[in-house]
Amino acid sequence: MKISRLLKTIFMIDFVTGLLIAIKETFKEKKTINYPFEKGSLGTRSRGEHALRRYPNGEERCIACKLCEAVCPAQAITIESKERDDGSRKTIRYDIDMLKCIYCGLCEESCPVDAIVQGPNFEFATESREELYYTKEKLLENGDRWENILAANIKADSSHR
Amino acid sequence: MDSYFSILFTEVYKILFLLVPVLVSVAMIVWLDRRVWAFVQKRRGPNVVGPFGLFQSLADALKYIFKEIIIPASANKLVFVLAPVVTMTLALISWAVIPFGEDFVLADINVGILYLFAVSSLGVYGIIMGGWASNSKYPFLGAIRSAAQMVSYEVSIGVIIINVLLCVGSLNLSDIVMAQQNLWFVIPLFPMFVIFFISALAETNRPPFDLPEAEAELVAGYQTEYSGMMYAMFWLGEYANILLMCAMGSVLFLGGWLSPIDIFPFNTIPGPFWLIFKILFLFILFALVKATVPRYRYDQLMKLGWKIFLPFSLFYVVLTSSFLLYFDLLPGK
Repeated sequence: MKISRLLKTIFMIDFVTGLLIAIKETFKEKKTINYPFEKGSLGTRSRGEHALRRYPNGEERCIACKLCEAVCPAQAITIESKERDDGSRKTIRYDIDMLKCIYCGLCEESCPVDAIVQGPNFEFATESREELYYTKEKLLENGDRWENILAANIKADSSHR
Repeated sequence: MDSYFSILFTEVYKILFLLVPVLVSVAMIVWLDRRVWAFVQKRRGPNVVGPFGLFQSLADALKYIFKEIIIPASANKLVFVLAPVVTMTLALISWAVIPFGEDFVLADINVGILYLFAVSSLGVYGIIMGGWASNSKYPFLGAIRSAAQMVSYEVSIGVIIINVLLCVGSLNLSDIVMAQQNLWFVIPLFPMFVIFFISALAETNRPPFDLPEAEAELVAGYQTEYSGMMYAMFWLGEYANILLMCAMGSVLFLGGWLSPIDIFPFNTIPGPFWLIFKILFLFILFALVKATVPRYRYDQLMKLGWKIFLPFSLFYVVLTSSFLLYFDLLPGK
């Protein structure tokens, strides 16, 4: 037993076996995806970049109830509201500091009208901090851009709410 | 005066003709290293910048150039700045004596192997200077480890080289290659080749002997306080050293620029290509070892160096010399 162990060490059997396994693995199929060119699938509840949604007639969903502002654990959301001429309460300011945000999804959870949602986009890196202070315009634009996916995600998830 | 300048010009031209390919191949070899490492782990590795990601290292270098160089307030500034310069210079000047082919060597000096050995021993200084001048715990500990490790393994590399020199009878690297025309030294001196390879891993601080920069214990060892281009210079020097060790292994054991068999399709390929193939082969082995083997413990490393490699290679020196004496094969007779 001891001698066989010694011979194993001298001829580096374990090392050579390991090396051969490594060489064999080299030619096997890759387990990772080719990321920037192909992307993995995302769940319907994935929490990425925020978006403010609209009704199909173009009216903003947000009613300025400020529940999201209240629930936000990072205090990243700032809302100011005002009564519009037709008597409905609407936001005049809806800012999210994406640097403070911890992407917990509580704003989405708390929203009674499904206005603020977190979409599937997680590739919104910028070159400066200022670009990550999202305003209402930016959020509404996001909503318009991702509406199809957002609506589908909410529909797919509705039975669990 | 005129001839002086013409000599100077041709020398500078020759040096650039050697250095630029070496630096470019260092950049490529970093890519190859990462790529092999990734392939063993079934990842893709850098494959975006340029064809197959070949220009990844250039992109990295560009990033390093534009990064800020931070010099710690408590550092010894002169030595701190000098350390990466020393490391890289020493890694590059050793290339002067590597023969790429018949009469294709920058400095065909008679003590080529001694020169190589001397320069690679000086390599420790870059690391010690970096670690000491940083004036910080981790770099200092990393530098101490690195110095101890490099000194220990240099001893066994020296004894291994004696084995080769006994068979050649000359310190000139071109002579060493020419002596392998009939039989590469890797065959009679195979155990020495294995020990040389392992010692080269330790000498260049490669895994499994990368204790000086063991990130689990020492952050990044002597490189911890370095940033920007200075870090990149350490990194270039390290890889230039690895390439040099591969070149040394090819010249000493794998017959340098000689083709494996002296028959038609092989001997038409020019010598430098054979040397490059051999260097690449050794380097891929380096990279595979990095991907396979876990890191050694420090006492195991020292035990391996002093208690196993050194006595064994000394014993092999006796064996080689007595063999040569008994069969009257001593060179230069």
